Amino acid sequence: MNRIIISNLIRFLSLLFIQVFLLQNIGYYNLATPFIYILFILLLPFKIPNTLLFLLSFLAGAAVDVFYDTPGINAAACSLMAFVRIIFISITVQRDGFDNEREPKMGIMGFRWFFFYAVVLTFVHHLCLFMLETFSFIEIYYTLLRVVFSSLITVFLILISEFIFFKNKER
Amino acid sequence: MRNLWMFVSKYNAFFLFIIFFVISLIFVGSNNPYQRTVILNSSNDFIGRSYEQIDNLKDYLSLSRVNDSLVAENANLRNQLKSSFADDSIRQKAVNDTLYKQQYTTIEARVVRNTVNRKNNYITINRGRAHGISLGMGVIGSAGVVGIVRYVNNNYSIVQSLLHSRTKISASIEGSNAFGSLVWGPDNFNSQTAFLLDIPNHIVVKNGQRIVTSGFSLFPAGTSIGKIIRRDVKGGNNFLDIELKLSTDFSTLQYVYVINNLRAAEQQELETQIPEDE
Repeated sequence: MNRIIISNLIRFLSLLFIQVFLLQNIGYYNLATPFIYILFILLLPFKIPNTLLFLLSFLAGAAVDVFYDTPGINAAACSLMAFVRIIFISITVQRDGFDNEREPKMGIMGFRWFFFYAVVLTFVHHLCLFMLETFSFIEIYYTLLRVVFSSLITVFLILISEFIFFKNKER
Repeated sequence: MRNLWMFVSKYNAFFLFIIFFVISLIFVGSNNPYQRTVILNSSNDFIGRSYEQIDNLKDYLSLSRVNDSLVAENANLRNQLKSSFADDSIRQKAVNDTLYKQQYTTIEARVVRNTVNRKNNYITINRGRAHGISLGMGVIGSAGVVGIVRYVNNNYSIVQSLLHSRTKISASIEGSNAFGSLVWGPDNFNSQTAFLLDIPNHIVVKNGQRIVTSGFSLFPAGTSIGKIIRRDVKGGNNFLDIELKLSTDFSTLQYVYVINNLRAAEQQELETQIPEDE
């Protein structure tokens, strides 16, 4: 149990560090902005209580908001993402068969499942994030373009990091 | 109560989502200036529009009362109306041009029909032979040249507007004595521009210089026509091609003055003595 808490804490801190100090400066003409910190919410264990999941998502979003100077926007996107995560997992995975330590990782769940999981959640998160940031339906096509391109680059980074820390222990 | 609690705990994810999302949105609305402005503006917009709807409804309810008072006011105004009487008086003004020993009189007239969007435009005015108007008189507006009288009957005359493909007026550039002919142009359909032709290209012209009548025409010398907006030299030609913006706005023309050149007949008579082939 402690191991899970510590590993998630380390993951959260390192993702936040990367997000804030590295990725904040990266962007393709404001069109593709990666938000890799959501990998933290993606990788929280299956059996986490809903309350805790929402609280952690909210805190993660709020932490990024503090550095991005956009109070509430990332937090709202992460809350929506946590909700979608619960629905997605309840549809595609049977919870009962797992012990507490299972995490939705690529090495455990397989590439295909993890890919869809990452794509859906990333898209939802980015859609909410950019819509709240633009806060108008004028130039909706430009906003959607930003959502799609940013989702592409975020999913790409998530898959890369999953490949780097790939552990095929459970197959 | 127990059922409600069970319902809430069964769909706890949804309720948690609502709670956290609303908290985030409150953060968004209260801390981001741009988003707050949008929220405030749109809510103000909504409130304003609902007030407007209610106001419309109220207006509708009091419509008959307003109508009565308007009818009374209309009747009152109609009694004072001037246009129901025929206006037969003429105001004439004499201009004594001592330098050239030449006398012009002006007759004011009101435009009763006007076109600007045809190839050949005419203006009908409410003065005719009875008021002293004859063929060929010049017509100016308050801002500048308007046209030349072409048809006259007893009470009305038709003015060939400057916006006519065959109107040609002798004009010069203010400051220099170079003169040329001013035409609207056969393929110009802009009621605000005209062209000045036949200015030799050694004359220095600048954009914004005023074009005035030259004094060889029916109009008093120096009557404003327009301002130069473009000039260029046509290849293989000795003359400048000058485009000007007319000072008269023909589309809103209401009152004009007909110019009676008292010595025109004398001048014409003299000039016709020159044989045609000379």
